[in-house]
Amino acid sequence: MSPDTGKAVEIAVISGKGGTGKTSITAALAVLAENAVVADCDVDAADLHLVLAPEVRQRHEFVSGHEAVIRELDCRGCGVCKDYCRYEAIDEVTARDGRTVFRVDPAACEGCGVCVRFCPVQAIDFPDSHCGEWSISRTRTGPMVHARLKPGAENSGKLVSQVRESARAEARSSGRSLILVDGPPGIGCPVIATVTGTTLVLVVVEPTISGEHDLDRVLGLARHFHIPAALCVNKWDINAEITQRIEDNARARGVESLGRIAFDAAATRAQVRGHTVIDEGGIAATDIRQLWKNLQQRIDLEKRS
Amino acid sequence: MKVLITAEGKDLDANVDPRFGRAAFFLVVDVDKEEVVEAVDNAAGRGAAQGAGVQAAQTAARLGVSALLSGHCGPNAFSAMQAANIKIYTGATGTVRHALEQFRKGELTEADDADVRGHW
Amino acid sequence: MKRVAVASGKGGTGKTTIAVNLARVMPGPVTVMDCDVEEPNVHLFLSPRALQTEPVGIPVPRINADLCTVCGECARFCEFNALGDMQTKIVVFNELCHGCGGCTRVCPEGAITEVDRVIGEVSRGKACDNITVISGRMNVGEALSLPVIRATKAQPAEGTLIIDAPPGTACPFAAAVRGADLVVLVTEPTPFGVHDLGLAAETLTAMNLPFGVVINRSGEGDGTVEEVCRRHSAPLLARIPEDRAIAEAYSRGELLVEALPHYRDEFVNLEKRIAKILNARGEAS
Repeated sequence: MSPDTGKAVEIAVISGKGGTGKTSITAALAVLAENAVVADCDVDAADLHLVLAPEVRQRHEFVSGHEAVIRELDCRGCGVCKDYCRYEAIDEVTARDGRTVFRVDPAACEGCGVCVRFCPVQAIDFPDSHCGEWSISRTRTGPMVHARLKPGAENSGKLVSQVRESARAEARSSGRSLILVDGPPGIGCPVIATVTGTTLVLVVVEPTISGEHDLDRVLGLARHFHIPAALCVNKWDINAEITQRIEDNARARGVESLGRIAFDAAATRAQVRGHTVIDEGGIAATDIRQLWKNLQQRIDLEKRS
Repeated sequence: MKVLITAEGKDLDANVDPRFGRAAFFLVVDVDKEEVVEAVDNAAGRGAAQGAGVQAAQTAARLGVSALLSGHCGPNAFSAMQAANIKIYTGATGTVRHALEQFRKGELTEADDADVRGHW
Repeated sequence: MKRVAVASGKGGTGKTTIAVNLARVMPGPVTVMDCDVEEPNVHLFLSPRALQTEPVGIPVPRINADLCTVCGECARFCEFNALGDMQTKIVVFNELCHGCGGCTRVCPEGAITEVDRVIGEVSRGKACDNITVISGRMNVGEALSLPVIRATKAQPAEGTLIIDAPPGTACPFAAAVRGADLVVLVTEPTPFGVHDLGLAAETLTAMNLPFGVVINRSGEGDGTVEEVCRRHSAPLLARIPEDRAIAEAYSRGELLVEALPHYRDEFVNLEKRIAKILNARGEAS
């Protein structure tokens, strides 16, 4: 028996490759689930709010780590900071009074503190880094937690973890037993923060050579972190041959396909109208309903093991 | 003998916090006298971008406890605690007082590896 | 040397498609640099040969126990909790280390040296007659993509440089596009695409990088993209229509300009417009 009985089930929808339909599918599942907490963990390019119309109830500043800021007036232009910086984050510039000084590029600064420590005249400050905000909102399907990272900011995964922690807290306090997580593209930090500790990872893949290549890496990630994974092929009819191959290869590595969704112009129409594919109706909606049925069965299996 | 118990509050009647790195409080408990010697607020650990387990282990070493009683222990914390020769017991449930009972009765599992994956 | 970065706020809009097909129609030597190190796809379409691969490492600390006095200075300094002061010894957590070298510098006993930890690789190869392909690839399970992106960008390029950037507007995107003469933002005319285009446009403006826009899967929503272009005074550089044949060719890993030659003109015109903008900027500066 899992030591965490009473904890909500968490499903993370990821893809490796971007643009496969994660957000559209997550929104559709939220409507079908009726009572789930939704977490948008794509904090870099969050889109879920465009189709779930959240009413923000709480907004929080997100502070993580520090950033180096050189006080121009105190800078002697020695360049030790630039020599020591491993991230190419410091540039030599000319101050208004004509002196050669150095300046930190906040988008490249990793907040390591080396320049701060070793500046011979202590001309570098190290303030907290305000790099985004996160919110708790209400939607027609239930609570939603989402966030927005400042452009150029480091996406270390901490904001993602904050979103997930808040989603779990919302689930506990409102007695909901399912959390649907819309994940970011890729396989780095933010994705790792999205999937660790979830019940199941649902990988949305398109039947293309690129999709196949990226799927392999994403499944590798799920295996590396020992998280059960399942598959869903979106726009499967673009290439039926690759769809079959993807499903066969996945099954061979213990990953089942929970559904195929046909290409459907209704998906874009739904976005334009600001609601989900389910509200729009059509063949993709029918396919997603089947996906939801299969997903529920799979969740029951995971809960029992 | 002093042990560290992860908790959601500051006294013996608080619930055990099942996590180590992200626990709300670390309680240093004297096993024989059955009393809380020190209650440490783990705000730093909860707020850390990464390495909460490492920080927690450092705190445990500094507090001079000989064992950790918690729900789970992640991989970084596990390695660190091993280096400091602090034993790890997982499976603690209920209140801190109850966890102490479980420990005395030998009902907790002495961990020989991390029992959960790391996470942020 | 001209440097063009192909980027997008939203993933899956067609960055790689634009980058590889643009390279294919370019005269003279051209290098395509795949900086989407988490999910590199350029090599799938260009099939580079004669590959040379080198590992990408990040320097992590190694502590000499004979010299270490466990003063704890390194652990106190580390912003990433990669060093644990366990009173009797210091424990290193490699996966948390960002390779800043700070601990090595602050140790009063000189007890710390750095060793390379491999987190990915960069490969170089040749495609067609005139294309050099440089691809960065981060190892699965690693968290930090920036060091691999930096190592990829440090590779010498021949001719015009086309950078395939990772999606989004965070650090990895910024690292990939930094130093470009022009950024080509690829979008789809859907609400998600336009929303993320706006985010990318704002980020590039803040970074002081000039950009133009390509609409992929052009259709009904084009007006919404044009509005963003107007707001940012950014030129619309090309429109690739929504065409199932394109989707199918792409799914098979084919180069669009080869599979459907009637689209070649779109890319030749795109190349000309980019060249015109770059030349104008060159004369102005």
